[in-house]
Amino acid sequence: MTTLNEMRLTVDSRSVNESYVRVAVSAFAAQLDPTVEEISDIKTALSEAVTNCIVHAYPDSVGKIHIHAQLFESGLVRVKIRDRGCGIPNVKQAREPLWSSVGGERAGLGFAVMESFCDKVRVRSTYGRGTLVTLEKQIQGRDYAV
Amino acid sequence: MPPDIIVTPISVTALLCGEIDHHSAAGMRKAIDDALRKSKPSLLRLDFARVTFIDSSAIGLVMGRYRLARELGSRVQIVNLNERFHRLMRLAGLEKLAQLTLKEQRLNA
Repeated sequence: MTTLNEMRLTVDSRSVNESYVRVAVSAFAAQLDPTVEEISDIKTALSEAVTNCIVHAYPDSVGKIHIHAQLFESGLVRVKIRDRGCGIPNVKQAREPLWSSVGGERAGLGFAVMESFCDKVRVRSTYGRGTLVTLEKQIQGRDYAV
Repeated sequence: MPPDIIVTPISVTALLCGEIDHHSAAGMRKAIDDALRKSKPSLLRLDFARVTFIDSSAIGLVMGRYRLARELGSRVQIVNLNERFHRLMRLAGLEKLAQLTLKEQRLNA
């Protein structure tokens, strides 16, 4: 697969950065001429992944969140979200809708939303070492959407 | 941005605004809960007309307000959803907890 372009972005795990990452990556992906819907899908899924880093990976501290976005000639957007936080002891359980390791106002829908709005979601996590989430979305583009 | 809140003798309407994510939801939560506790209305209406983005934090926001509203004996309506917000809320099964209403669109717009 031929890469057209790529970007890297590292931010502190502060909640104020959630909107910044969404805007930065969606502006970058705009080169593929996506529809508004496709861009919104990427923003929503990415927001879930970044929020997970802030809420779960670094619950009591501020760590780094590394974003790596790639655009491919085929119209594929791949975004990797990596943290060096606490890791997920049981990825299968964490991906189940409505399951949340923290109480309060977290709906437990982060991964369900990522899966719903992306074509592919991969999660690799090592307990105590960190997590890598890979999101893939095929852009059909405005030429195809009539 | 904290929502504008309209209070009548029977209802509290929160006009939510801008992007709802984990960061912004906290401020919205407090404003709505304060109004709910103060006026114990029979109806809580969450209006999404001016909302531009939501992720699952908005689902958490709605679920949390639903719980408090139920404690206080209030019904919950979620109004002016666009197709996308509606899809997310249905993914969470919110239509079982509250009445969801889509935004009305002008045909001649």
